[in-house]
Amino acid sequence: MSQVSIRKIVKAYEGDVQAVKGIDLEIDDHEFVVLVGPSGCGKSTTLRMIAGLEEITSGEIWIDGDVVNDVPPRDRDIAMVFQNYALYPHMSVFENMAFGLKLRKLPKEEIKRRVDDAARMLDIEMLLDRKPKALSGGQRQRVAMGRAIVRNPKVFLFDEPLSNLDAKLRVQMRTEIKKVHQLVPTTTVYVTHDQVEAMTLADRVVVMNHGVIEQVGAPQELYHNPQTRFVAGFIGSPAMNFMSCRLEEAAGALRVRLSDKLSFPVPENRTARYRGHVGNSSLVLGLRPEHITETKPHAEPNQHDFDMVIDVVEPMGMETLVYFTIEGVAVSGRVNPSAGAIALRPMKLRADLSNMHLIDDSTGKVL
Amino acid sequence: MADGSTMAIDAGTTTSPAPRRVGSLKKLARRRSTTALLLCAPLILLIVCLKVYPTFYAIFLSMLDRKMENFVGLNNFIFLLSRPSFQLVIFQSCFFAITAVVMKATLGFILAHLMHNIRGKNQRIWRGLLLVPWVIPLSLSTLTWWWLFDPSYSAFNWTLSWFGLDSIPFLGTTWNARIAVIVVNTWFGAPFFMIMYLAALKSVPEQLYEAAAIDGATAWQKLIYITLPMMRNIILITVLYSLIVTFADFDIVRILTNGGPQDSTHLFATYAFNVGIESGNIPRGASVSLFMFPILATLAFFVLRDVLKRSKEIST
Repeated sequence: MSQVSIRKIVKAYEGDVQAVKGIDLEIDDHEFVVLVGPSGCGKSTTLRMIAGLEEITSGEIWIDGDVVNDVPPRDRDIAMVFQNYALYPHMSVFENMAFGLKLRKLPKEEIKRRVDDAARMLDIEMLLDRKPKALSGGQRQRVAMGRAIVRNPKVFLFDEPLSNLDAKLRVQMRTEIKKVHQLVPTTTVYVTHDQVEAMTLADRVVVMNHGVIEQVGAPQELYHNPQTRFVAGFIGSPAMNFMSCRLEEAAGALRVRLSDKLSFPVPENRTARYRGHVGNSSLVLGLRPEHITETKPHAEPNQHDFDMVIDVVEPMGMETLVYFTIEGVAVSGRVNPSAGAIALRPMKLRADLSNMHLIDDSTGKVL
Repeated sequence: MADGSTMAIDAGTTTSPAPRRVGSLKKLARRRSTTALLLCAPLILLIVCLKVYPTFYAIFLSMLDRKMENFVGLNNFIFLLSRPSFQLVIFQSCFFAITAVVMKATLGFILAHLMHNIRGKNQRIWRGLLLVPWVIPLSLSTLTWWWLFDPSYSAFNWTLSWFGLDSIPFLGTTWNARIAVIVVNTWFGAPFFMIMYLAALKSVPEQLYEAAAIDGATAWQKLIYITLPMMRNIILITVLYSLIVTFADFDIVRILTNGGPQDSTHLFATYAFNVGIESGNIPRGASVSLFMFPILATLAFFVLRDVLKRSKEIST
């Protein structure tokens, strides 16, 4: 049982700069939680406070039922994988992995068994005698993970472990990390700025911004039901389109108006929720690119066709991204490659309003 | 395109022999290695004049007789080794150099750690203050030390008298004098170690300490398993360099004790001066000064080979 509980923790630096502004988070045993957010949002600081590498200004961190605020890192029974791996350059791979066990005075045979097991799991058995310098980025990453695994700790902490790898290797190692967590389901806290990593790895994603938690939830929940404009824009790639709009009411039905010429009816099941915001001048319509597609031959409920002149076409292979402008704002859509999108030509598109989000821009909240 | 045009120019120059010579001369002048050699030439010349030539001349001199007329081979060395006074010089030089280097390295290491843990502007102030002994001309500071050690008027003995203690002849007995020269050498040399070790400490990535802390290392274990191995190269190089310089020390002993009492604090350099210049036996003086050369050169070879191997291993 290794639960991590973060209660109202604050990290303030000299000059009253607050990096983390009193966050609460409960992490369950065996759970894989990813802290995600832009740089400077306080995610790494939070992780380092869990590790014991940063002092906590106020609040409490509990690991496995104990407050660890004043417990040094070595007594917290945690393992951490650093962004630049932090392998000891003067030690061989075996020595790097065995170091923590050697310090804990485990018998030599036990150390060897654990290192060999981890090396087999990570497919680095043939590298055990090498020094870190003789390893590639991906291999170093595996060794850093191996060093964490052999310890069999209560909690794994990952601090942007894949950001030093090239794009292809990053995808490969992402799968490796997921595989390792399936084999060794230790409670894991993983920090990244890459929302794709967060979505693919996490049981729960914690989106942070400006030192506070914007939203916590399962990846699909964050994707479909973001609570703030920040989360809506941060999760999903390409990012959600945001268009200034206003709500109009006519004969009991609501319409969301984007420009003089362009407006869509609001789905009936949302009318009650949005009615109170008619006349609000700071509304923004959020619609993901995947919900703006080419037109289809048959009508679907809450899907509406409209015409646009396409500015830019980006063929991606399995799909094509199209960009157009509404009231000076660039908007993107995802269309079928065979839909015949051509730059600077008009195209009939379809917006799926059943996945729309209406945001009050003055509060940043999704309505 | 760029490759193509270069090739075309090359092809053009190969067709006529005369411009090619000019071209190759120009090329030679333009080569980076040529520029580097030209820039280094004054220094190389200086080293050849002041170091290489005197060394070979000293080797030549050490194989002559007192009149510098007849070649005597290694006789000067054999004679020196049989003399108790020279055996004492060997002992004193080794004792002096090894003890002083160990003390300088230890003190420098401790000071570097203290410095490293002082944050902000204060570190610069303390670093500057601690470098003072190294910056003051050695002969000048040794004179001050000589005054401090004086049996009648020194500050040390005056302080002792305050407590009703007898004055100590710091430079008057063999072991007191031996320790005194080591103290002065340590005082002078420790700042150099401190500054080198401080630079080495700063170059150890902070994340290695963090990783070690998470792996379960105590402060002592971090020192043993991270700091020392990461600093090993710089420790080896500074110790080697300091050993060479300390073995060749002249100023401190010459000013503080002049080799006394009873020749017990003579080092190779002061003894060589004594034999070669003051007693007028230049070939034998040259032999004394060359005595440590093969030993230190061998040591330097192995140490530098090890340093090179390790730096290749751990550099990322």
